[in-house]
Amino acid sequence: MKCRKCGEVAVINMRQHKLALCADHFTQWVPAQVEKSIRKYRMFTPQDRIVVAVSGGKDSLALWDILLNLGYRADGLYMGLGIDGGFSYSNVSQRKCEAFAETAGSGLRESGNREEGAPDSLSPDPLSPDSQAPDPWLPKLLTLSIPETYGESIPQVARRVQRGRGKPCSVCGLIKRHEMNRIAHELGYSVLATGHNLDDEAAVLFGNTMTWQVGYLARQGPVLPESDGFARKVKPLCRLYEREMAAYCLLRGIDYIYEECPYSIGATSIAYKELLAKLEHKSPGAKQNFYLGFLRAKESGFLNDHHQELSPLMHACERCGQPTTAPGLCAFCRLWVNAKT
Amino acid sequence: MPKIIYRDNEWVVSTNITVRDAIKKGGLNPETVLATRDGKLITEDVHLKAEDVVKLVAVISGG
Repeated sequence: MKCRKCGEVAVINMRQHKLALCADHFTQWVPAQVEKSIRKYRMFTPQDRIVVAVSGGKDSLALWDILLNLGYRADGLYMGLGIDGGFSYSNVSQRKCEAFAETAGSGLRESGNREEGAPDSLSPDPLSPDSQAPDPWLPKLLTLSIPETYGESIPQVARRVQRGRGKPCSVCGLIKRHEMNRIAHELGYSVLATGHNLDDEAAVLFGNTMTWQVGYLARQGPVLPESDGFARKVKPLCRLYEREMAAYCLLRGIDYIYEECPYSIGATSIAYKELLAKLEHKSPGAKQNFYLGFLRAKESGFLNDHHQELSPLMHACERCGQPTTAPGLCAFCRLWVNAKT
Repeated sequence: MPKIIYRDNEWVVSTNITVRDAIKKGGLNPETVLATRDGKLITEDVHLKAEDVVKLVAVISGG
């Protein structure tokens, strides 16, 4: 198979686009697609300060790489969850992020494509900038350890509050969301970017459609606007397949954690992805049509009657001040208050 | 015979088979993996030679 742009040997064939590309053209094509999404959905501009939630996995590291190479001011945020799974999952993930941050920093130093100036301070306790480099314009990896900050790992919290039927995933999501919001707010980032790809979004859409969770459907999209106490949340990889992100990492030499989180085994989202992959195999473009068709339908007014679900009346949490849907404590603070009594 | 490696599993396939069919022989959906040979990505239409060793990279993740 030949690259459509230059005729060299192709390394990937994207059947949904009827497009085969060589390594060079593919690694140019991916950032161009991301830039298109950023503009199409008005995610952010070069003036925004962005924090990318990095897990050590392929999508988040690829996203950070792409944003830096597109010239955006993006720092990384790694959250240590205290998950071991028999292979030090959290420690290995953190090392992948640290290794990437060192390379990303040196790459930018060599290319010199950063603007002049200095960002705000980025090192309040409990966050610690991973880099000791004094150059304020190099991308920084911020690290936060949940066990060190809150005294318990994610699995320990989940066991204590007996939430999630033996799996810590819902507690993990709750804690990560709260802490990402807190850090973005406290450190003055205007945008919080996550590495959700089209497969992630299609799987969530499939799950919410299966159970007709209209409120969740109304909220799902590439951009969640900023509100009091929350930075804008964006998903710049939302039009790219997971397969393309893995290929991008391989071709760019991004060393990501290949092993899955030990708690993701048997996850419903993976079952949905496998199901959608079967559809895609039979009908190339099925996933893309499903998700992008949903976005178009939303844009044209489908779900417009669900403004209440989209924008429920928010209250400030009595303990942390973050917005919450009910008066009193937010779900995150209830985790800890219940624990200590 | 060409050899296919995926996580802890290995299987051999007949010479001249395409990568796509070699993946299917292992019971996998070609949409869920990438194929590499000598550390380089290859497309699913490539015909495999007897000495080829293809490593498959899983692409589905999440939870």
